[in-house]
Amino acid sequence: MVKQSKIVINNMNYYYRKKQVIFDLSLEIPRNEIMAVFGPANSGVTTFLRSLNRLCDLTPEGHMDGEILLDGESIYGHASNVTELRRRVGMVFEVPTPLPMSIFDNIAFGPRLNGKKSMKEITETVERALRQAALWDEVKDRLSISGMSLSGGQQQRLCIARVLALEPEVILLDRACSGLDPISTAKIEESLIQLKEQFTIVIAPHNIQQAVRICDRAVFMLMGHLIEEGTNVEVFSNPKDQRTSDYITGRFG
Amino acid sequence: MKLTPAQSEKIARTVIWAAALLVIGLLSFIIVYILVKGLPVINVQFLTDNPRSMGRTGGIASSIVGTFMVTVLAIAIVIPFGIGTAFYLAEYTKGNMLTRVIRFSAESLAGIPSIVYGLFGFIFFVIYLKLGWSILSGGLTLAFMILPTVIRTSEEAILAVPLIYREVSFSLSATKWQTISRVVFPSALLGIVNGIILSIGRCVAETAAVMLTAGLALGMPTSIFSPTRTMAVHFYVLAMEGISTENAFGTAALLIVLILLINVVANTLVNRFMAKGR
Repeated sequence: MVKQSKIVINNMNYYYRKKQVIFDLSLEIPRNEIMAVFGPANSGVTTFLRSLNRLCDLTPEGHMDGEILLDGESIYGHASNVTELRRRVGMVFEVPTPLPMSIFDNIAFGPRLNGKKSMKEITETVERALRQAALWDEVKDRLSISGMSLSGGQQQRLCIARVLALEPEVILLDRACSGLDPISTAKIEESLIQLKEQFTIVIAPHNIQQAVRICDRAVFMLMGHLIEEGTNVEVFSNPKDQRTSDYITGRFG
Repeated sequence: MKLTPAQSEKIARTVIWAAALLVIGLLSFIIVYILVKGLPVINVQFLTDNPRSMGRTGGIASSIVGTFMVTVLAIAIVIPFGIGTAFYLAEYTKGNMLTRVIRFSAESLAGIPSIVYGLFGFIFFVIYLKLGWSILSGGLTLAFMILPTVIRTSEEAILAVPLIYREVSFSLSATKWQTISRVVFPSALLGIVNGIILSIGRCVAETAAVMLTAGLALGMPTSIFSPTRTMAVHFYVLAMEGISTENAFGTAALLIVLILLINVVANTLVNRFMAKGR
């Protein structure tokens, strides 16, 4: 039996004003895998990720057509609920961005939004999220200090924990390790590999090596076009398209 | 003759230092002069007695209470409207016609001399709405006067909150209102409070606008419908009509001390609040 894909994208086009930045993109994102979407700057990778949780709605000049289905239901349809979608599809940004509040409040931010949870539930959620993001041991004694006083790598793991606290189904990471040192990056990659047991992960890696290390499937994008899609081995060891091969061997980009 | 970089550096440094020293010197001279002349006048009796024989003797208790009531009323009126408008301008519109009209009106209002507000308040609140010379008329007039400042400073504080905070909040499934109330407002609070402190200072120090709307009465105000003479007006009348230079300086010194106190207290409170997040 074939597992149903978590996300299905059909004939997606995206425009900023008149300028088209994504061209007729169709893709299936399988569940419980890490999919890397990579390409040089201006390939449409960030726009693509931001359309998966409708964060691109915040850009008034933007306009999308085509169809994106999450568990078979259109996320842009009339029946879809944007806040619920964003809870199910969490996002970690390129720059670590703790909100200007304590570590605890940062992670409790999402769970508190619907206002239903008791203090005990929230405390449990915060601890579980921090453990999943491999940050608990480093911060458990100082949850009340500001999230901004952590190091860059810790801040980014805080952001991952903050997403996990939403109990999402999909996690999007937009070059989430680009500003971090190798040790922090390794810690985050380790967590991601564990997290894919429970979540579907879409990552824009900050370099090819990272994609090679952690992804199950990879998608190469160039100037808004999907050039090649396949398993890690297919794309990185045996690319079918010359442009993919040129890019991953460092001939351009 | 051409200056070497080192010479121009030296000259620039001297000129800039001189300018700064001159300003600081002048400011502290004014403050110290008034405090030296005024502080000896201030004692318990000065603070607790009402003025007697037109302010020649007695204290300024009724003026202190009047100033306090007028200012609190003005600030209480301006906070919801000013901050609400600022959030509307900064978060809910993207430069449409209405926004431009509001911004243009606010900027024009900011440039109007306070005596014009006084005249408006006198004609509209005192006479047309039959509120008479009262704390209410004075407070409403001052609220109009400081509204542009509050809108402007609040809007700037809101726009200074990094865009990424909003994106993070939305991405964590917050609605627009949750984003504004839980992320944007706390981050902008310091700037908003600074604008309000500035406005408190202007209310406390205002003469023309309150003289025409709150009146010159020396008695202790009993409600917001009582007329009153605020400290700045009292000071103006004492000095202008040569009633008592001593008491004028006493009032002025108290005004300065009050404004300093308001600044210190408000800043401490806000810093304590903000410290939680930094």
